[in-house]
Amino acid sequence: MEINIEKILFYGFSTILLGSATAVIFSRNSVRAVLFLVLAFFACAGLWLLQQAEFLAITLVLVYVGAVMVLFLFVIMMLDINVATKEARLVRYFPLGILIAALIVSQIIWILWKGGSWVGIQGDMNPGESNVSAIGKLLYTDYIYPFELAGIILLVAIVAAISLAFRGRRRGTRGQKIKEQIAVRSQDRVTLVSLKPTIRKDL
Amino acid sequence: MREWLIQNYPEWPILWKVVLPVVTIGIFFTCLLLCVAYLSLLERKVIGYMQVRIGPNRVGPFGLGQPIADVLKLFFKEIIFPKASNFYLFIVAPILAVAPALAVWAVVPLGEKWVFADINIGLLYILTMSSLGVYGILIAGWASNSKYALLATLRSAAQVVSYEIAMGFALVGVVMAANSLNLREIIQAQSGSILHWYMVPLFPLLIVYWISAVAETNRAPFDVVEGESEIVAGHHVEYSGTVFAAFFLAEYANMILVSSVASILFLGGWLSPFQGIPVLETWFQDVPGLIWLVIKICGFLLLFLWFRATFPRFRYDQIMRLGWKVLIPITLIWIFVVGGLQVWKVGPWFT
Repeated sequence: MEINIEKILFYGFSTILLGSATAVIFSRNSVRAVLFLVLAFFACAGLWLLQQAEFLAITLVLVYVGAVMVLFLFVIMMLDINVATKEARLVRYFPLGILIAALIVSQIIWILWKGGSWVGIQGDMNPGESNVSAIGKLLYTDYIYPFELAGIILLVAIVAAISLAFRGRRRGTRGQKIKEQIAVRSQDRVTLVSLKPTIRKDL
Repeated sequence: MREWLIQNYPEWPILWKVVLPVVTIGIFFTCLLLCVAYLSLLERKVIGYMQVRIGPNRVGPFGLGQPIADVLKLFFKEIIFPKASNFYLFIVAPILAVAPALAVWAVVPLGEKWVFADINIGLLYILTMSSLGVYGILIAGWASNSKYALLATLRSAAQVVSYEIAMGFALVGVVMAANSLNLREIIQAQSGSILHWYMVPLFPLLIVYWISAVAETNRAPFDVVEGESEIVAGHHVEYSGTVFAAFFLAEYANMILVSSVASILFLGGWLSPFQGIPVLETWFQDVPGLIWLVIKICGFLLLFLWFRATFPRFRYDQIMRLGWKVLIPITLIWIFVVGGLQVWKVGPWFT
């Protein structure tokens, strides 16, 4: 087997990816689990870079590591999660996890198994064209409807999440009124009084 | 240099494949560290003069030896590891703060050919790397096992994620105008004259970018993460010596970075401000582009210091309100404006 730098990198990243993904499931401390998930994303981005999908790799890190995982950490750091309950849930949800994993794997096989033989994902990409413009063209021409649909689903999810969390301003609470705060003048807050000096006689 | 090595030592590919890049990166980082050290002196001096003080003036002439003395002091201090802290994460946190702050410089072009990696997605790379810096703060705060540090962590996570959105939208405007994510091409799209710079058509985006950049670097008036009056020093309460210096280095390197990104995206990077002006252009044509870039960066850095000397700290909910309810709507509106300018080919920028 020929050994070159790409193969070393590939197997290196794959090992890190599989190892950290396993650690996500088995680590007892949830903060550490999230950090392992971050590492898994990085390894995955490295693998994509090796496939010359640099736009996807950078976007993965930007969106998931830079934003989603930060929010995950934000929430988890505030929780006081009992280790034992986490273990129990792992066993309870194990069949469901296996079912989902099997679904995803069969989907991948279904896509790759075309016309009775294994094929890679084929795309017509000009050699000189950059990754970004190729993806952009594809997303906004051939796949415009699925793309817009995904966007709308996300929007609905955002609105739903906000409306679940926001219960309206309750009466009697003293919230800020920004307009009033900005419109305030010094005369409203401070009154200058001129006092006559008084001299105490007994001093 | 690279061509010369290839011509004269063709049998030693390691020389120009490994040694030369490593040496140039080493030289660059040394310069960057010096910049960071003297930026801290400049900060103390400038704020000193703004508050009618002199600032540090004991070490060397005009206090020029002060940063060196500070660095030496930090290196010889004892590093204290709190007993209840999570040791590995406690060590990893400063590394995670510094690494992205240094790695991001790989794509920043300092001159026509002075860039380590001239990649097509340079701008995205910068956005990504600067968003990773928050992990240093997050992990430091959690691993320290201290209430103050954890509070800083929560504040930082919310603040950085919110302002990243405003910043990203501001950058979308630039990308739309330049039709490229490559920083070199973005600068070249601004050549012509000072009026071609994107600060003219994208002025609101420049303001939004700059405000969110100050928030992203956790500098005053958005420095609730440090908040020395209520949470003493935020995420690095428990850090001392070299590991504290790492956070300091990351913060100042990020300041220099966002300043250079602002000058590259909105002020034409290395382009001369006298381009297209008949007499002045010939007078200043021999000035290297790096000088112009450095002048622009210094201008933005002075803004940082000026803010710190001028503004009181924002309250936490005010920061959130500014980010979500003011900055993000402005960028969204201006993206539509840029789209309109693009469609109707409003010159001289969108032709």
